[in-house]
Amino acid sequence: MRPAIDTSAYGIHASSTASERPAPSAARNPHDTEAPDVVKVLREGDTLDPTTDPRVAPADVLRLYTAMVRLRLIDERLTALQRQGRVGFHIGSLGEEASILGSAFAMRDKDWIFPCYRELGAALLRGMPLQRYLDHMFGNENDPAKGRQMPDHYSWKAGHIASVSSPIGTQITQAVGFAWGAKIKRDELAVLAYFGDGATSSNEFHNGLNFAGVFKAPVVFLCRNNGWAISVPTERQTGSATFAEKGIAYGIPSVRVDGNDILAVIKVTQDAVARAARGEGPTLIEALTYRMSGHSTSDDPRAYRPEAGLEAWKELDPIARLRRHLAPQKLWTEATDAAIEAELEAELKAAIAVAEATRAPSLDSMFDDVFATPPWHLVEQREALKKGPRPKGH
Amino acid sequence: MTVMRYREAIRAAMMEEMERDSRVFLVGEEVGHYQGAYKVSEGMLERFGEKRVLDAPITESGFTGISIGAAMVGLRPIVEYMTWNFSAVAFDQILNNAAKLRQMSGGQLTVPIVFRAPNASAKQVGSQHSHAMEHFYAHIPGLKVLAPATPADAKGLLKTAIRDDNPVLFMESETLYNIKGEVSDDPDLLVPMGKANIVRPGKDVSIIAWSRMVHVALEAATELAKEGVEAEVIDVRSLRPLDETTLVESVTRTHRAVVAHEGWPYGGVGAEIADRLQRLAFDELDAPILRATTLDVPMPYNAKLEQHVIPGVARVLENVRAVLYRS
Repeated sequence: MRPAIDTSAYGIHASSTASERPAPSAARNPHDTEAPDVVKVLREGDTLDPTTDPRVAPADVLRLYTAMVRLRLIDERLTALQRQGRVGFHIGSLGEEASILGSAFAMRDKDWIFPCYRELGAALLRGMPLQRYLDHMFGNENDPAKGRQMPDHYSWKAGHIASVSSPIGTQITQAVGFAWGAKIKRDELAVLAYFGDGATSSNEFHNGLNFAGVFKAPVVFLCRNNGWAISVPTERQTGSATFAEKGIAYGIPSVRVDGNDILAVIKVTQDAVARAARGEGPTLIEALTYRMSGHSTSDDPRAYRPEAGLEAWKELDPIARLRRHLAPQKLWTEATDAAIEAELEAELKAAIAVAEATRAPSLDSMFDDVFATPPWHLVEQREALKKGPRPKGH
Repeated sequence: MTVMRYREAIRAAMMEEMERDSRVFLVGEEVGHYQGAYKVSEGMLERFGEKRVLDAPITESGFTGISIGAAMVGLRPIVEYMTWNFSAVAFDQILNNAAKLRQMSGGQLTVPIVFRAPNASAKQVGSQHSHAMEHFYAHIPGLKVLAPATPADAKGLLKTAIRDDNPVLFMESETLYNIKGEVSDDPDLLVPMGKANIVRPGKDVSIIAWSRMVHVALEAATELAKEGVEAEVIDVRSLRPLDETTLVESVTRTHRAVVAHEGWPYGGVGAEIADRLQRLAFDELDAPILRATTLDVPMPYNAKLEQHVIPGVARVLENVRAVLYRS
């Protein structure tokens, strides 16, 4: 006979009803980043920790600040466009700007980025034109993906940005293969693979880390621990105390960083790139940040987390923290934000107008790129389509 | 010309292409030190070293994703699965990434890759190890699917597949690895995709098959000859792209057709071929097109039951006689 299992140790009560269930999860404690192993650069007041400071040129710090502010405004506008029914979907990065822009900044131009889906900022920092991005969001004929992908699933080869992947984690193994393949080809590059805390449960995470550890692939794994996988909090995602420690089992140096401290993110990512460049293989970075918005425009987080819980996180806002560092040095004034906003507003207004007015890709373009050379049956279907009656607008 | 086994022809194709193009490599479970689960890659590790013959960890989705990434950066991977059955674990990577990355990226990213493994029934390996996976994959735009029946085609088609810029799925057979045949020594002799082969001409009925079933169809044709029936046997070889011209021309001569394949009948490649023939050669047909397939059940383990479920000579004959109205 099997012994009865005492479930109390697991916080499970057979008789529990909805009202007895624990309060909604906090997902992450805002004070997590005070742990001694977490790399930080920005200190209270306006000073930087000299032992970790990556010594980024002031002009670059200001450029990154601008990029963070712009990214947040772009997110706001795209969310509004989705609410107005003008674009179908948007997935933003409110609160996570530093982890995304800091890591992308630390990579060299020749390095590749394999995004998850929340790293628009990285593509824009790489120089993806805002117009091309909006063309993509509207799926028009100037979209680099030719109107075939859902919004925010861009790819931009010229900027070394691979395709955004919807299925969770598939980019992790691909990034490892790309990096390993480049090493075999003697292309001296590294690959930055982004994923969220939820993706650490996918088999691709374990496959990717294992292979990269064995073959010393030049990969920087960047786990944005933003507390949530849609509605699943981190404590329901893993039994480990940290996500970084998962790398240790695969022989991969792993580090936790304050993901809302852009200088700290730059520091650990630069170190990881340097390791990769020395032929020492991969690094796993856990960036401690927080998803301040819903998962995407398809999600309403009020259904599973109280708004009040966000207050503590607002104190740790990555833009506000960098601003507190820039202001005493006179690198930031009230006028700075107004100027960034005015400039972006003009760009956005023009780009949205153009994107919205640009026609859809031609119907017959749907037969392109399925194969390297269109097979005869697709050519035949395309010709038939061209001859037949067409819907208005094409 | 050299007489070699089917497995040796596949090995020759891989080795010649790896000599020719340093971007080509082989990855899979036990392809290196163990020399391949079916000894297809015997000697390759010794010849090319560990950087080009990789023993992968036991995770098909993992090494499929890694190989797709390597293909995106410009290498040309050959991915060996121990059998096509296990590719099911990697199905998402094949369906959602290999097949679509070119299209989804608007042509910016490409995946020149070959996936190869033994396919369909072997001998008493049960329901989970006997799948004819070509039907699943031939359904997907962006993938090419080949299923050679002879050593010569195995070599020539695999070389074409490795040189192709699309993902190509290559269906071998455990039951064919030991068969022998004449194979060209010319390292540049390629067998084109999308071209069927009439392996036995005839005027009374067309038997359309691929892979192991070509040999079953030839046996059936020999039996039929004793009854005075001249069956034409067509080896389709390439399921996607499909050579419908050769199929239509054959039916135009014989006016009757049986498609013989392993795998379930529902929605399979045989149904696709029957659809094409009824559309393109409707006026030429003197009988409905029939299919001799695996029965519509998961494969049993018991040898007697298994032999009943797998299509054999008897099932082909039964269907041929039916289209000839002789049954």
